[in-house]
Amino acid sequence: MKLEKGLLYSKSHEWVKEEGDEVLIGLTDYAQSELGDLVFVNLPEEGDELSVGESFADVESVKAVSDIYAPVAGIVSQVNEEILDAPEMINESPYEAWLVKVTEISEKEALMSAEEYEAFVESEKE
Amino acid sequence: MDLKTPLYDEHVKAGGKIVPFAGYLLPVQYGTGVIKEHMAVRTQAGLFDVSHMGEILCEGKDALANLQMLLTNNFDNLVDGQARYSPMCTEEGGTVDDLIVYKKSDDHYFIVVNAANKDKDYQWMINHKFGDAVFTDVSEEYAQLAVQGPKAMEIIRKLAREEEIPQKYYHAVFDAQVAGIPCIISKTGYTGEDGVELYFKSKDAARMWNILLENGKEEGLIPCGLGARDTLRMEAGMPLYGHEMDETVTPREAGLGFAVKMKKENFIGKAALEEKGEPKRQRIGLKVIGRGIIREHQDVYAGETIIGHTTSGTHCPYLGYPAAIALVDSRYTEIGTRLKAEVRGRMIDAEIVELPFYKRSK
Repeated sequence: MKLEKGLLYSKSHEWVKEEGDEVLIGLTDYAQSELGDLVFVNLPEEGDELSVGESFADVESVKAVSDIYAPVAGIVSQVNEEILDAPEMINESPYEAWLVKVTEISEKEALMSAEEYEAFVESEKE
Repeated sequence: MDLKTPLYDEHVKAGGKIVPFAGYLLPVQYGTGVIKEHMAVRTQAGLFDVSHMGEILCEGKDALANLQMLLTNNFDNLVDGQARYSPMCTEEGGTVDDLIVYKKSDDHYFIVVNAANKDKDYQWMINHKFGDAVFTDVSEEYAQLAVQGPKAMEIIRKLAREEEIPQKYYHAVFDAQVAGIPCIISKTGYTGEDGVELYFKSKDAARMWNILLENGKEEGLIPCGLGARDTLRMEAGMPLYGHEMDETVTPREAGLGFAVKMKKENFIGKAALEEKGEPKRQRIGLKVIGRGIIREHQDVYAGETIIGHTTSGTHCPYLGYPAAIALVDSRYTEIGTRLKAEVRGRMIDAEIVELPFYKRSK
């Protein structure tokens, strides 16, 4: 499992990257490897509101569809259009293939550091 | 508790992601992923552990008569070594299972059944047997590997004598050897590609697996899991028991009419199928036009009306688009008809296309 220092991680396997007042949200390497080859991504639209713990997007692998849950509350300021056409980018480089950029953050769930997330994944496997 | 096939350790060594399936622990995929495994089978070759499948012997002077009564297809013109696909029906015309019968000799038949159904099938067979016929469940004795893909026969030719390799589709050589290991070589498969299925003793499984991988390296042979097995059979339009048919669906509804011989004197379920007449619902192929994947158990709509449901559905890696198989009202089955399926509250457009979705060029 690859991890990236400096990112924050959620229990539902999203990563959060803070950039000033905004955050980028993506899927962790562990999430993409569990999902398998991704073939579709459905993203929200710019201006959509995210609430903590609610599904805001879904990804489809060959085998199944999975919801992506918002680790923060806020407004979508940008969506990564590139991955709509190339969902395999999430499998190839999960920490570059961000899904959405969120602004006006009003709430964040308790997020983990890379080390904490690694321990969390290990404990989930057992 | 889930069982392990004799190749469990090899799957773990090869990086297989193990899941429970039909009572067995099997790899859903290896490190390369479903799409690469799928493409290997379409363009080169793939190796599948299908040892979970059940094998039942039917022996005795009345073996043929028993098969003729149990199964919907006709077996009285099989030659030795020939194989034939058949549904097995309930008295009501529903489908107990679908299986392949191999004729070894006049009083010796080898039947391959679905893993999830093998106990049920065996019980069904012995409950309906008559005269001089003995059914024996030999599933535990046999391992089964499938080598599939356009390069599959090249690999087999390196390891078996030419006269022991069946030439025709749905034919098998019983007393063959692959790399010196006694086995049945059968020219069959569940991928829509050329290739063989090999049946041999469980104790030889790990050796056979490694010899095949070693000798298939040049041809691009890689291990493939259940995920690719499912996407390959879907693309090839092949039905899967528990999806396209079960005890509530007749073989004729499931598009298996070619294997139901209504002219045969009698078989279990014949009277019910006669009474039902032309099926009121039919299996169709749907090509997804909209965005997203239509999976199994989704309602299918013609306009505002629900006309049936999907029975299988996935992304088809070789074709590059998602497709589904559905069981719908026979009035809406014309090729080219636009239908919709409801997926997670959203309607996705699809069009009825010919099955199979994929057909290999010979």
